[in-house]
This record gives sequence, structure tokens and C-alpha cells, in this order.
Amino acid sequence: MRVPLSWLREYVDLPAGETGRDVQAKLISVGLEVETVEQLGAGLKGPLVVGKVLTIEELEGFKKPIRFCTVDVGTANSTGEPQEIVCGATNFSVGDKVVVILPGGVLPGNFEISARKTYGRNSHGMICSARELGMGDDHDGIIVLPPEHEAGTDAIELLELVDEVLDIAVTPDRGYCLSMRGVARETAIAYGLPLRDPALLDVPGPNSYGYPVEVSDPAGCDRFTARTVTGLAPEARSPIWLQRRLQKAGMRPISLAVDVTNYVMLELGQPLHAYDRGRIDGPIGVRRAQPGEKLTTLDGAVRVLDPEDLVITDNRGPIGLAGVMGGANTEIADHDDTAGATADVVIEAAHFDPVSIARTARRHKLTSEASKRFERGTDPQAASAAAQRTVDLLVLLAGSTAESGVTEIVAPSAPHTISIPADHPDRVAGMEYGRETVVRRLQQVGCDVYGSDELVVTVPSWRPDLTDPNDLAEEVIRLEGYENLPSTLPKLPSGRGLTESQRLRRRVGRALAGAGYVEVQAYPFIGEGVFDQLGLDADDPRRVTVKLANPLSDQEPALRTTLLPGLLGTLRRNEGRGNHDLALFETGLVFRPTGDEPAPPRLPVDRRPTDAEIAALDAALPRQPRRVAVVLTGAREPAGWWGKGYPAGWADAVEAGRTVAREAGVELTVRKDQQAPWHPGRCAALYAGDTLVGHAGELHPRVIKALHLPERTSAMELDLDLVERASSGPVVAPHVSPFPVATQDVALVVDADIPAADVESALGDGAGELLESLRLFDIFTGEQIGEGKKSLAYALRFRAPDRTLTAEEASAARDAAVSTAAERTGAVLRGA
Amino acid sequence: MSAPNKSYDPVEVETLKPEEIERMRDEALAAIASAADVDALREVKVAHAGDRSPLALANREIGALPPHAKAEAGKRVGQARGAVNQALKARQEVLEAERDDRVLVEEAVDVTLPYDRRPEGARHPLTTLSDRLADIFVAMGYEVAEGPEVEAEWFNFDALNIWADHPARTMQDTFFVQGKEGGKDGEESGVVLRTHTSPVQIRSLLDREPPVYVICPGRVYRSDELDATHTPVFTQIELLAIDEGLTMADLKGTLDHMVQSLFGDDITTRLRPNYFPFTEPSAEMDMVCYVCRGESVGNPDRPCRTCSSEGWIELGGCGMVNPRVLIACGVDPQKYSGFAFGFGIERMLMFRHKVEDMRDIVEGDVRFTLPFGMEI
Ligand SMILES: [Zn+2]
Repeated sequence: MRVPLSWLREYVDLPAGETGRDVQAKLISVGLEVETVEQLGAGLKGPLVVGKVLTIEELEGFKKPIRFCTVDVGTANSTGEPQEIVCGATNFSVGDKVVVILPGGVLPGNFEISARKTYGRNSHGMICSARELGMGDDHDGIIVLPPEHEAGTDAIELLELVDEVLDIAVTPDRGYCLSMRGVARETAIAYGLPLRDPALLDVPGPNSYGYPVEVSDPAGCDRFTARTVTGLAPEARSPIWLQRRLQKAGMRPISLAVDVTNYVMLELGQPLHAYDRGRIDGPIGVRRAQPGEKLTTLDGAVRVLDPEDLVITDNRGPIGLAGVMGGANTEIADHDDTAGATADVVIEAAHFDPVSIARTARRHKLTSEASKRFERGTDPQAASAAAQRTVDLLVLLAGSTAESGVTEIVAPSAPHTISIPADHPDRVAGMEYGRETVVRRLQQVGCDVYGSDELVVTVPSWRPDLTDPNDLAEEVIRLEGYENLPSTLPKLPSGRGLTESQRLRRRVGRALAGAGYVEVQAYPFIGEGVFDQLGLDADDPRRVTVKLANPLSDQEPALRTTLLPGLLGTLRRNEGRGNHDLALFETGLVFRPTGDEPAPPRLPVDRRPTDAEIAALDAALPRQPRRVAVVLTGAREPAGWWGKGYPAGWADAVEAGRTVAREAGVELTVRKDQQAPWHPGRCAALYAGDTLVGHAGELHPRVIKALHLPERTSAMELDLDLVERASSGPVVAPHVSPFPVATQDVALVVDADIPAADVESALGDGAGELLESLRLFDIFTGEQIGEGKKSLAYALRFRAPDRTLTAEEASAARDAAVSTAAERTGAVLRGA
Repeated sequence: MSAPNKSYDPVEVETLKPEEIERMRDEALAAIASAADVDALREVKVAHAGDRSPLALANREIGALPPHAKAEAGKRVGQARGAVNQALKARQEVLEAERDDRVLVEEAVDVTLPYDRRPEGARHPLTTLSDRLADIFVAMGYEVAEGPEVEAEWFNFDALNIWADHPARTMQDTFFVQGKEGGKDGEESGVVLRTHTSPVQIRSLLDREPPVYVICPGRVYRSDELDATHTPVFTQIELLAIDEGLTMADLKGTLDHMVQSLFGDDITTRLRPNYFPFTEPSAEMDMVCYVCRGESVGNPDRPCRTCSSEGWIELGGCGMVNPRVLIACGVDPQKYSGFAFGFGIERMLMFRHKVEDMRDIVEGDVRFTLPFGMEI
């Protein structure tokens, strides 16, 4: 809402020197968000006067029409002689009244005017357009004023060019502040000054000879006032003051009848509609639209109506979308119209159900000044005053006559009352206001207040937002100033800190970052084409996605089922920016619907849902497991003066899985697997116990090609929820034996395709309790070993908790280990 | 001196003469003194103090002397050998020290060499900032609550008093999950990407008995295009306190505590009236600009980029929990009241760390993230 300060002063006697900034500060303190204060005419300096065009000489030979004019500016130029001015506009004739700035004057934007030679003539000033004066964006050439203004009159004052305009962002609950009346009320409260309420008008009572109206949906329209004005002078135009107020409030002057309804809407907050009486056929009706009905609205669009739309009708059918926009067929014609100007108008001032208006506006994607106000709730009690004000202005400005018929249809309703303990605002705020202050503040906003300890509060008709005790508390607290609230701290019961799961997530993040990975938080939006790029089978469950009804991009309409697309995209972006050695990780939710989730039930909000209802809501949601994933490329360790580095590869990816699991106290078992998008020969399945928790390895070359990734890019992804579930609880401290270690090395020859993990676990199982640790320290292949074979060299460390082992004991344990390995994997002791 | 021993060999006895022993000793000492390094000294030691050294051989002759001469010769040889050994030991120490000094010089390296051998890693600053904020509240006794990101509308809207026709429920703000295929066109699924972490507040109220003190950090979604100041996916922290007798003053104090913990003891907050369906009264919360402390206001000579010379930085929204929300969660609004606030931490990251473009936070460029390290 744009509020010109000069207009505001009409309702509140603000101190004379009060600036827009001062008023802004006051209004902010009572809770209106005054975003800006616009300084109109800033820097403007006269002489700027009304001029009468005496002569026009068209200058020839220029690319555009140029006029050399003489203009009577009265005595403003101190000589009284006609002023010679060159002008590039053509929308005026001899005798027209125009606005002239004389040499020495300054236009907004620091544009100084001086006498100068142009187009071969001497020009002593300029004839001004609305834009040059900062009045609006009209492109129609220079301003032509109504003829009644005397040449030489000061135009700065006449056109009210210097003003301040407050721009207020009105929150949805304060619809009444979409009017001068509402903002004036808040201003009066903020300054403690009386308000001249523009809605306090003498309004004649309803009678039976007004324009006939039938409201058949009183729930959608509980009030409808119709008034008729006849004999609008066809040449009547809005006076300058009215046009200027509309412009300052951000609206364009159109025609007198339309301007007046807009003006009254801005003043009182009541949207009005003016119908050309000659174009209405029969009584006005208010009802819901019938299926299939159509209406051409004022903006020229043909709209197919919904049975929930509230419409205004005449005998022919809908003539307006109630409270949103009128129909083209009953539009007011202005004086340029060839069909003839409108002489008689019917004025509608109604009150519509906010929800109905909101739905219609949204359904038709049509927001108007009227719908904006009706949606937020207008003052039903102001409707007849607004109609009266419109009638008065049309009579005054258009030379028309008000018919005495007054139609008023009102569905009975009781004023809304709320009971609150007098100290309720105190208890909400946490400070003591006292009953007297509470009552005074509530009365200031327009409430009637009765009672002592328990207050019965009748809220004013313009505040439909005041429905609950806390709404009243807010009124008191905001007017007493949020800035005066004390600062206290509640006494909390003791908390239990972070959950195990939350602590695990932090540890995992630190461990991976400590291992050289950089965390990423990628968007979860994906296109389903990425599944083909990842080489997923047609029936891969990862292809079942949550799809958005309104994605930002049609290319990415679904939610991720794996973290890899986002991570790989980030890797590629980094690569493209010249970062080649990359190790990235992400922790986050993936979305795994079955596709068979039932729709959630529609639950009420006036009670707690039952546990079964809550379960039904949850059943509508996809499974959303938490994953952790890494991707790597380039050097894991760079080459340097210390020697060669080594490239990131499948082993790093698998190790990242172990790093994560270790933080959960879980030892991963690694098995060979084949799973997209990994390289079929370089893919590890990661198990926690018997549960598959994820995969790691080098990506499939085809995937690398399809996604334009660097060669040998490797990745790991695992389900953190599953790993957490496998967590075995607190570490049990080992017994640290003080006895010496006995070391035994063995080299075992096995078939090349036997996984080392199998050999290792067989050795471990066979070695028995004396085995302290076991480490693969070398792999050897070659002729000595034989085709299709490999030799695995292990260092075994044995130690007893209670004694020094003999060489025989250590050898026996080693032999047992080797024989188990032989049994399970066909291993042969090398050299044996 | 008489010579009663018949087997006495005058040649051998010659070696035990005092002059001879003195000579042997002096030769040994000279050799020791002239040994240039530890290796040379080792040879000297063999030659002059070894089993076959002159003094050792002389010592063996003592047994052949008549008893009366044994003691004196023994003493003489012993003293000489003692002197030699002592000299050896002293020389050994000197030479070892010299050798060590030389080796240490030879082993010197350029300690200024870079060692970027282990790759650096880092956590995302949104993660660490979220953790840091959580820690502030956990220290006060709050617990961290979490919930799904794909959420039922009842949790995201209805229970929060955001009724069916509220503007927030339009496609402009909210990502809706597509209804079932085969359902009629545009059929609503009743499921959305959560637009705030408030549904976690609702879940907390349903799960727990009051008093409830939780914070709800997490990812939220609004259908804005990514630009320098907006992102469709962002991170929120919300707080919910439900107890008997909680007030707006408690809300203010909690906010003050938060900004003081992060920005310094003298930073305060201010509340400005606003409107949210889920709180009543509602407020916008600002904090004093921690950079200029408000001194840039009306002071064009010292403009402040952090607060655009406003003196205040907008944080987010807050208010007293609307009793209607409590009713929807089965909490008795006659007995309990509470407060809530929420804000996006991307903005806080931007003004706290002078991030100039939202896209830097979003895009995952390692050059942006690495300097943030492990904690923030
Ligand atoms: Zn500042």
C-alpha cells in the first residue's frame, strides 16, 4: 500500500514538521512494515508554472517533428511577454494549458534548465511531460491541463509535485491497512492523536426502489449495496487532485467513474464496481457459476467458470467474477468511446467470503486490487459508506444526479466477541501492562471492551483477523512496543544431548574430512535419464522415484534415489573448473518410494490425530534413508619431492566405506560383486555382518563415458542407517598382554580368482586365540608361482595373555592357520 | 740386586724396566692423541691396548719375575695401562663428538620443503554452522529433532494453521509431489517437499510429553530459482519451546543468547511485529549488526556492507506458538504455551563469513569449502 503523506494528513493532524521518515519510524514501532519512503519531486525547483500556448510554428527539416511555440506564462517570467520555447511533443494545440519550466528551474534528476539555442531557435524553457515531472510513466507527450487554470499559476503546488509516499508491505492479517482509513487509524494510535474517520458519513437507509438485486448465495455474499447515479457529463474528467492521489498511490487515472471507484477503494478499503446501467439486462444477481458458463473479463480474457466461482449476473448470465474482476459486457465506456459515453452507472459495494474470492482468484490466476482486499477481509460495515462516498464524488465531479433508491441486502450476523482474562496480554508478553493499559489499547484499535478481571471484547468490523485471545494480546503488545519486552530465559529441564545417530553423523563427517574428502551438499533433483547413464537395469528399484508436480526444471523432475548423481555432477563441475585431484563426500537423504504409497488421509486440526491416523500419514511418505557417499578422481597422493604419488582408485573408495563403518564401531566385510554403476571387475559389496550396506569401487567405463567423468573415477555409497543399526555399542577394552610377540610369516599360493579376504578369514579362523594380528604384506604373481596363481604373503603375530609362547606353540598355531586356509581356499604353502 | 731364579731371562725382563714401560705408555698416548677419527682410534686401541699390545705382553712377563719384583712391576704396568685406557676413553669421546657433529651437519635438510602429500578435506560450512548452532541450544538443554524431507501436507501446513487457501500453499512457493499416475490430471498427492522444518516441531509435539524443548535443523525446499541470494534448497534451524508459563520475554532472551554466543556479548536482537499463521503474536527478528554495531546508520563516511548501513541484520521469523497449533497436536493451550523461531542459515553463513554469492554455497567447488575446515 502506497500512502502519500499529504493525503494521510487529511485524517490525522500530524505535527507540521513531521517528515515521511518520522512517520515511518512511528508506524514501524506499531508493527507496520514501511519498506521505503519515496521523496516525490526531490530536487525540483521552479519557476514551474501553468502556460497558455499562444502560437505554434512547425519547424521543417528535422528527423522528428519540432515545434517553436510562444507561451503566455503570466508574470512568471517577470516581463509578462510570451515565452519562446522549442518543443518536441505534438499532443497540444494553440490555446491549451501546459506546464512550463523557465530558465533557472531544476527538474528531478538534477536537470537544470537554461536558455539555449536548439534546432536553430532560442528556447527559453521547456514544456514538461508527466515523466519529466516525476508524476508517472505516461508516454503520451506533454501534460495538457484542464482549461480553468490561469497562466502563471505555480504548477508545483497545483500538481502537488512535492510529496512523500510511504510504501507499506501489508501482512495478510492486516487487510484494513490496504486503505488510507486503516493506515490513518494506525498513525493516529501511534501518535496518540484523534482520527477523522472517512467512513463516518450520513448514509440514507435502504428502500425498495433501488436497483433490483438478488443474492442467492448469502454465505458467499453477506452484504450487497447498490446505488445509481445518472446523467454523467460525457466530458467530465477527474480533477488534478484526484488524478494525483491515484498516481501517487500507484494507480493510473482512466476515466472519471473508474477513477472515483478506485479512489474510494484506496480511501476506505472497500472495492467497488461501477456498471453501465444501460448495459445491464434486468436485476443484478449473486450466485455460484453453473458448469460450463463463460465470462469475458475486463482484461479481455475469456474465462471458463468453475461451479465454486461466485459470479454477478444479469438476465443474460454472468457479468462479473464477484470481487475479482468485472465483465467486459457491462464495462463503463469513457468519453472517447464511439459507442457513446456511459451516462448512468450502478455502483456495487459488497462483502464477499474471503476464502471464495481467494480460490477464484487463484483458480483463474487473476489478482486484482479488489481481490487482494476481499481475500484479506474488508469491513462489511463500510460498504454503504463507500457507496455513498462514490455517489457524492460522482455528483460533485461529473455533474450527475444521485437516484434516491438505495438497495441494501444484508445477511444477519452478530459482532464477534472474545473473552480474555485482563492479564492475558501480560502473561503472553512476560511483563505487566495492567488492566487499564490493556483496555485502552484494545479500545484504540476499535474494540468495545467490558468487564474487569475477565474482559469481553467486541472486535471492530474492519478487523476480521481478531479471532483468538492471542490476537488481542498481540494488539496490546505491539502498541506497547515489542522493543520494550524484557529479555529472560526459561528454566529448561535437563536435556540428553545429541542422539547416538546425530553423534555418529558428526563423526563420519569429521573422519571423511580428516581422510581428505571435501563435503558437498548437492540438490536432490535429478532427471531420470541419469539412470540410463548409470547403466541401471530397467527393473532396478533405484528407478522408482518421487516426482514433483512442479519441478524447477523439466529436465530434473524427480528426487534422487542415490547420492551419486549429485556427487558426480559436483565432481564434474570441479573438474571443469580446473580442480583435478578430487575426493568429495555427501551425507543426506535419498527418497525410495515403492510407488504404492497410499494418499494421506485428510485430517482435522481441531484435535490430536490418533496414532493410527499419524501412521496413515507416515505410510503416504516414501522411505527416506540416510546415505553417505564418496567420489574420487585424480591423484589420491600427488607426486612430489618425496617421490611418486598414487592415483585415486577403487581401493580408496572401499577404504572410505571402512572409514565410515569404523566410526560406527562396525567392521565391514568386503565381497566381490557386480552392481551398476560400478566396473564389473572392480566392484565391492560392503556388508555389516550379513547385511548388505552398500557398494564401492571403480565406476564402469561406460558410465564414466556417459557422464563425461575423468577415467577411473571411483565411488562408494552406503546406507548410514543400516551401518548405525549394526553398531555393536561401546568398545570392550582389549587385554594388553605383557608377554613377547612371536612373529611368523607365511606365503600362500592360491588360484588367482580367490579373494584375499577369504584367505585372510580362513587364516584368522584357523590360527585360533593366540593370533594377535594378521597382515597381508605382499602379493606375488609370476612364472615361479605358475599360470593362474598368486602368492599372498602374510605376517602373523602370535601372543598369549599369560605366558611367553614357545617356538613350537607359535609354529603349531601357524600350521593350523595354513591348514584351514588350505582346506577352504586350496592354498598351498609356497615352497612346500 | 741378587738373581736367585735360575730360569730368569734377562732379555724378557728388559721389557719390564721402568724406562721401557714409560716408553710403551708414551708411544701409546702419542698414537691415541694423533688418531684422527673413531676408526683410527679403534686401530690404535688394538695396537696399544689390545691383547697383543706391548703393554699387554709386558704384563704377561710379570709372572716370571721373582716375587719381590712382581708387585712393583705390576704396579708400574697397571698404571701405564690405566693411563692408556683413560686416554683412549677421553679421545673416543672427543672423536665421537666430532663425528656426531659432522654427521648432523651432513644430514641437514631443507625443512622449508612443502609437504602437500596428504590431501586436505573439509566439512561443508552449512553442516558445521548448523552443528555449531545446535551446540548452543544443546548446551541450554534443548534436544535436536529431525524428520522427513518429503512430508505430508498435514504436518507441513494444516497442523501449523496454514489453511487450505493460504498463499504459502501455492505452486509459487511449494514443491508438490506428483499425484498417482492414472489419477485425474493435477490430482494432489497431499505430499510436499517440506517448506520449513516446522513439521518436525509438530512431530516433536506429537511424540513427546510437554515440556518440549527442541531445535529442528534441516534441509527445506521452496520453489525459487537459484541466484546470488536465493536457493530452492536451503537449510533452516527452528526452535520450539513448549512449557507452562513461557512468554515473549523468554523468546527474546533465547534469541539474545543465541546471537551473543555466535557474535559477541554485546549483540542484541529486536522484534518487529509481523504475521505468521503458526504464531500469535508473531515477529520478525533482527540482530544488531556485529560489524558496525549500528554505527554506520546515518554515517555515509563509514558505510557498512554487512547491514547495508541499516544497523540491523534480518534473521528470520518468530513468535508465540499459536494455540491452534497446540490443539492440533493434542497439547492443552490452557496449560501450556510456548515460542518458536526459525531462520535460514545460508543467510547467516553469508553475513558471518562475507560470502558474496549464494551459488558458492550451493555449487560444491572445493576451493570454496576447503578453508572452512572441520569447525566453524
Ligand atoms: Zn553494519
